[in-house]
Amino acid sequence: MSENKTVRIIVTRQDRPDSPPYEEEFVIPYRPNMNVISALMEIRRNPVNAKGEKTTPVVWEMNCLEEVCGACSMVINGKARQSCTALIDQLEQPIRLEPMRTFPVIRDLQVDRSRMFDSLKKVKAWIPIDGTYDLGPGPRMPERKRQWAYELSKCMTCGVCLEACPNVNSKSNFIGPAPLSQVRLFNAHPTGAMHKAERLEAIMGDGGLANCGNSQNCVQSCPKGIPLTTSIAALNRAATIQMFRNFFGSDEV
Amino acid sequence: MAQNREFFYRRLHSLLGVIPVGLFLVQHLVVNHFATRGPEAFNRAAHFMENLPFRYFLEIFVIFLPLLFHAIYGLYIAFTAQNNVSRYSYFRNWMFMLQRLSGVITLIFVTWHVWETRVQAAFGAKVNYDMMANIVDNPFMLAFYIVGIVSTVFHFANGLWSFFVSWGITVTPRSQQISTYVTMGIFVALSIVGIRAILAFV
Ligand code: HEM
Ligand code: SF4
Ligand code: FES
Repeated sequence: MSENKTVRIIVTRQDRPDSPPYEEEFVIPYRPNMNVISALMEIRRNPVNAKGEKTTPVVWEMNCLEEVCGACSMVINGKARQSCTALIDQLEQPIRLEPMRTFPVIRDLQVDRSRMFDSLKKVKAWIPIDGTYDLGPGPRMPERKRQWAYELSKCMTCGVCLEACPNVNSKSNFIGPAPLSQVRLFNAHPTGAMHKAERLEAIMGDGGLANCGNSQNCVQSCPKGIPLTTSIAALNRAATIQMFRNFFGSDEV
Repeated sequence: MAQNREFFYRRLHSLLGVIPVGLFLVQHLVVNHFATRGPEAFNRAAHFMENLPFRYFLEIFVIFLPLLFHAIYGLYIAFTAQNNVSRYSYFRNWMFMLQRLSGVITLIFVTWHVWETRVQAAFGAKVNYDMMANIVDNPFMLAFYIVGIVSTVFHFANGLWSFFVSWGITVTPRSQQISTYVTMGIFVALSIVGIRAILAFV
């Protein structure tokens, strides 16, 4: 009985970055405990579509297979998420796989998330400690602060929050939730805080923090449960203070 | 447009939505509510507002220009969003979409309303109880006014919610939740005030 069970998958494919997308349906044999990745691997092993025609294997990205790298993100049955943790048994069939079109599509389900890494550079999402001599141990962080900051550090730049955000699209230059939350993370660090104003200035520029329209889809969608909307509101408060400092003057850096 | 002005424009947009435009809206609804005490009471209240000192100055700088900026920039904001409530049908995403939709409805309503009342007044029409009574004599116009009032009040109340987030006042999920209850309470209360007022002209 179970040998005859199948899985129906409809993939939105695209051959080249500039070619039009099209749908292709696949019917593959069911195995227990399958996830979307193992289903895609099955298509790769035997690239024949539902009509029985031979086709090219579907292209997608993956790496860790345990939801920590973020590479395998795609839109599964309408919602952006990681394909490595999307279990076939929990999905309604036919399973629809689409690329996260907020990003440029390279091929099939593979997208180019460079804009997120550029954003991290733009907001200086690191702590500068390099120097010509050993600076010694940095200041300690209060444990309670470390605990919430740790939650923010779980971001894997997967892009799901940008895909879910109605304000991140081709008509807007909004940087999106993930890099904003990183500003809160690095500003919370005692050494990172030395560049607090610089990071705030970066997100107070065009396409920055103020473009958030509070749809709060990001916090609902983040696979890591990062409190993105709390971060955004906290940054709004920091930006309000920074705005007054900039205008009226302040000795704070 | 100069570089890096967006933050300033957004914050200005947010502020103007509450002060002065939102405050004016509340004041306007309260004055109109005098109509429930009869035509004389309404005419007296309207007359008082009409005779405020510096009337034209107040109209231009407290109502017209702030509303114009908020409306034009609001349209730009509304049309740069790509709504996705069918995929992500969460409560706040619906409110996000409704905030933009109600903004557009409000713009249509307010433009018509200003044309019919303030602009006609400038052409010599008399603004009083009878003017409104004549307008809402038409059931279609009455329906249009009710939709317009509810939409405007929703936009203001839900806008207050996002105002508190935009300025970093409500940061925690809990405070944002309570803020939802409070602002929706304001929506219901002001809707009652507004609808009672317009029905008093029927
Ligand atoms: C009676 C007139 C109006 C009042 C009292 C009002 C009030 C407000 C308030 C308080 C906000 C919240 C600001 C924030 O998010 O920080 C807001 C936002 C908004 N308003 Fe209005 N508004 C009015 C008319 C309009 C009009 C005519 C439009 C044009 C379409 C408009 C479009 C918007 C948009 C798109 C937002 C969302 C901004 C964002 O989320 O970033 N509003 N409004
Ligand atoms: S914040 Fe969450 S959804 Fe956004 S990129 Fe990071 S892990 Fe992905
Ligand atoms: S493969 Fe790394 S998150 Fe799925």
